[in-house]
Amino acid sequence: MFCFTQSLRFVNVRLINLGLIYLRIAAPLLALMLSSPMWANDLSTLNIALIEYANDPSYREEVTDARYQAQPWGRLDTAVELAIKESRFAAQKSGIKFELVKHEVDELAQLPELILSLQAEGTQFLLLDLPSEGVKLAAQAAKYSNTVLFNLSGLDNNLRDENCQANLLHIAPSRRMLTDTMAQYLIFKKWKEVLVLHNETVADQRYLESLQGSAKKFGLDLVALKPYTLGNDPRQRYQNNISLLTAKDDYDVVYVVDSTGEFAVDVPYAIVKPRPVVGASGLVADWWHWAWERNGAPQVNKRFKKKAKRQMTGYDWSAWLAVKVIAQAMLDLPESHNGSVTAESLLDLIRSEGFKLDGAKGYPLNFRPWNNQLRQPIFLTSLNRVIGRAPIDGFLHPVNNLDVLGSDQDEGRCKLNRGVSP
Amino acid sequence: MNKLFKTFKSVALVSLLLASQQSQAKSGYVFVSSEKDDLVTVFEAKSMDKVTAIKTSERPRAMKLSKDGSLLYVACGDADAIDVIDVATLKVQKSIEIGEDPDRFDLSPDEKYLYASNEDDGLVTVYSLEENRKVAEIEVGEEPEGVLVSADNRLVYVTSEVANMVHVIDVQSHELIENIVVGNRPRRMLLTPDQKQLWVSNEVGGTISILDTAFYQPVAELSFSLRGVRAESISPVGMVMTKDGQRAYITLGGANHVAVVDIAANKVIDYILVGKRAWGVTLNHDESRLYVTNGKSDDLAVIDTERLKVIKSVPAGRVPHDVVVDD
Repeated sequence: MFCFTQSLRFVNVRLINLGLIYLRIAAPLLALMLSSPMWANDLSTLNIALIEYANDPSYREEVTDARYQAQPWGRLDTAVELAIKESRFAAQKSGIKFELVKHEVDELAQLPELILSLQAEGTQFLLLDLPSEGVKLAAQAAKYSNTVLFNLSGLDNNLRDENCQANLLHIAPSRRMLTDTMAQYLIFKKWKEVLVLHNETVADQRYLESLQGSAKKFGLDLVALKPYTLGNDPRQRYQNNISLLTAKDDYDVVYVVDSTGEFAVDVPYAIVKPRPVVGASGLVADWWHWAWERNGAPQVNKRFKKKAKRQMTGYDWSAWLAVKVIAQAMLDLPESHNGSVTAESLLDLIRSEGFKLDGAKGYPLNFRPWNNQLRQPIFLTSLNRVIGRAPIDGFLHPVNNLDVLGSDQDEGRCKLNRGVSP
Repeated sequence: MNKLFKTFKSVALVSLLLASQQSQAKSGYVFVSSEKDDLVTVFEAKSMDKVTAIKTSERPRAMKLSKDGSLLYVACGDADAIDVIDVATLKVQKSIEIGEDPDRFDLSPDEKYLYASNEDDGLVTVYSLEENRKVAEIEVGEEPEGVLVSADNRLVYVTSEVANMVHVIDVQSHELIENIVVGNRPRRMLLTPDQKQLWVSNEVGGTISILDTAFYQPVAELSFSLRGVRAESISPVGMVMTKDGQRAYITLGGANHVAVVDIAANKVIDYILVGKRAWGVTLNHDESRLYVTNGKSDDLAVIDTERLKVIKSVPAGRVPHDVVVDD
């Protein structure tokens, strides 16, 4: 082995002197040579597309400025760029360099067309910073192609259930993982009587269903469900007045179901009884928090803050981690693949049980083979502190404790056939 | 000698000479750095009675004793410095500015240079102890951690927790001559006594990568399995090997145990329960005692290596990190 590598390296050096034209002809040799650091200038570019929805309401300036808990505080390109920089050694080893290319649609209906045009130019790695319905549209358009899609922001459970897809990887946790996290914590604290405030929008109805599922799984008692509306109309005071919403029932906590954060932000300290507020404000389940002090997280947060001039959110973490997934798979790729990185070859590695990834929040991370959801711990957070991390001690799973969060193998409606390429 | 006079005032020199005389008989101390209260706690090794606690710069972590035992170097991450403790007086003698957030470090075998990883910047700082100045900064992968200089003073090995690699740096040119892929979040390293193998602990990967130093190739991987402990809790960090290269002790972090590896038999022969989040580990001179810092139970476990049992556990500051024995 030693002689073999050494002699190859010797050949490399000689070939450099012969000039680059010869190198381009000898493509397989080139691939081998690119693994050597001295070829840093000859790296081929691998585009990573970040796809955004221009009219996404969660990115309106007044919303990002308000810094609602577990909502994005800015666009995700900085996180992608940071991860690209951190992955340079891994990419270089495969003879490539990553490049971020941003794309934007004004209407979600334009997504299929954009996806097809990206496929036509050979872009294989797509990061989707889209609402759940956008993720669904984009994924459908890419269903039978040699691409890998990363869902960064869509929390809807059904993307992991009936709308699951072999080449769609979910970095963001499902809503159910977040409600399971909160349910675990409430059970752990013995705060079992829960008053639920919820909205009638489609997104919040799904959120509510998720909470009801978690309550059933862990044994919470949802004592009352109270629909709320935003506004000051006195005729609707029983829906828009927080005191009136919270005066009647007996409860240990108030759970605010609000997928936008706009109503929830006003609820803590405004309810009638001296009780904690959880859900979309107060104590919030989130998949990243800038105040986490362990597992190398402070270093990640510092690097991000330096670049972005703001703190890092779960959405930023999704974008950062998606690039890390690609980079880790490249490190795991057998050397014979160097220089010929394709989405398909990486996808098999990424979806294998042996795949391990460091996400700076503890536990080796990988994907659930039955629905492509990233296994990950989830934080319980206040505005400026991480209060706990789920899975909480004592909540066990027969195989992997991370699988107590979200739908388990036998519960989900998605059964991805492992080992079969998309 | 002139240089020494320039560096230290004559008073300091006297104490330095005294210190080196004393240290030939060894100080008999155990030193434990603790991250959250900025202390190096000193114990008398035989009794494990606390002698004193030395106030250091902010967040002391990795420590290393000079060959003559007169100086204890302590990397203080939040102070961007390496404190130098005079072992004779048990006082911080000076503080070396080493760049942002020094994590681990090593001294060249001739003790002329100090190599430190700067966790925040993705750099390795090369510091001349003779000239008292920074001589180079070498760019490596993000969150560099373990630093190790080869016994022949030709190479410096550095782990990057983010790149999942060991960088091999040429001491002369300061160039990266090799980037070796290892497991997830590589932390610490050790070289076998014959220098033929480099062991790397992969904290998130839960394994030890064993690399051949001649070919820079992985030759083996060591993994762990404990009854009643989930695979994801096994997070190896600290390592120490006996001088005959027959046995290694590896702290398993969140699994709260130390693994005892019989190298000839190529297997883990025992797991010793020590305390919460075991990281730092070292052996005493005759290798009869093993010392382990437990970061989340704020104590130091002392193990009898014959019986492989914890014989004592002593409080050792808030979040004890590293341990050095001078006996």
